[in-house]
Amino acid sequence: MNTAPAAADFLVAVALVLVVAAATAAALTRDPVRQSVVLSVLGVCLALLFLLVQAPDVALSQLAVGSAITPLLVLLTVRKVRRRPRGGPGADRGDDREPGR
Amino acid sequence: MSRRVRGTVFLLAAAVFAVFFALTCTQLPHFGTADHPYGARAVAAAVRQHTANAVSSVNFDQRALDTLGEESILFGAVLGAVVLLRRARDEDRAEPAPRPVLPSTLLLGAGLLPVTVLVGGYVVAHGQLSPGGGFQGGVMLATGLHLAYVAADYRVLRRVRPLAVFAALDAVGAGAFTLLGFAGLIAGGAFLENVLPLGTFNQLASGGLVPLVNAAVGVEVASGVIVLVAQFLDQAVEIDEPAQDAGGRR
Repeated sequence: MNTAPAAADFLVAVALVLVVAAATAAALTRDPVRQSVVLSVLGVCLALLFLLVQAPDVALSQLAVGSAITPLLVLLTVRKVRRRPRGGPGADRGDDREPGR
Repeated sequence: MSRRVRGTVFLLAAAVFAVFFALTCTQLPHFGTADHPYGARAVAAAVRQHTANAVSSVNFDQRALDTLGEESILFGAVLGAVVLLRRARDEDRAEPAPRPVLPSTLLLGAGLLPVTVLVGGYVVAHGQLSPGGGFQGGVMLATGLHLAYVAADYRVLRRVRPLAVFAALDAVGAGAFTLLGFAGLIAGGAFLENVLPLGTFNQLASGGLVPLVNAAVGVEVASGVIVLVAQFLDQAVEIDEPAQDAGGRR
């Protein structure tokens, strides 16, 4: 980066504060669905931090895995666990909140 | 062990750890200095090998054996997920019913899908030149493909994602890395040695073995992630559990 050292340090500090805030929020969220969204936000904050400390390769990996794939796998797992078996008591195809999925 | 004892043990261990960790940290080189002994050597070696992206040079040339290990870990992890999440004998497969999708979602998904796949392909292809590479681009390609699911439905995704092909490609990519390593042995060098002509610095075909290993990793990661997400999707959307244990679940 060509910014002045003080400005770069300030940006790194801001990114660190964002990471700490997002990580604390992720740890304090109890519902897995919300947690996966906060995890995704944490992934973006971490990617920003990696970018600011001049590691764009790591930032790209973090963005792709930490804020897309991991929350997606968590969401799919939650859906599988919460889905009622078809034909069982209480099974109602009509109340699927995500149509066609 | 009671809660109190556990807490005490943890606090004691944490205190010991904190003291030694703090002592060790005082010996570390300072953050953000101009002196990087390993970095300077790695960059010099990358320039010598005509690889513009020094990180790719470290990953696929200087420390290619480490990357081979990582790639094998990913391959093994995907294989494990496939074995664990396969349809069990008492589970049924039922076709998910198609439902209407919001036009804006359809437009956004259909518009972004080609863009994402193109960007993913670009990141893989330029791994030896610019930030990114097989791993990052591979995950992007895999994620981009699933926009078909967001924009349309599961059956459309299945059409754009022939799972058997990607499962085979996963193995091909993993095997290609090892085979490319043997090229060094055949040429009379060491395993994974960069024996190909190095080309012109900062050109697409530069870095010798780097673009090829990078492409193998790209194929392996993209197919691996697609197969992995497919197993989770299958379980979440298609596979039904037997109805009798409905009572205990929710």
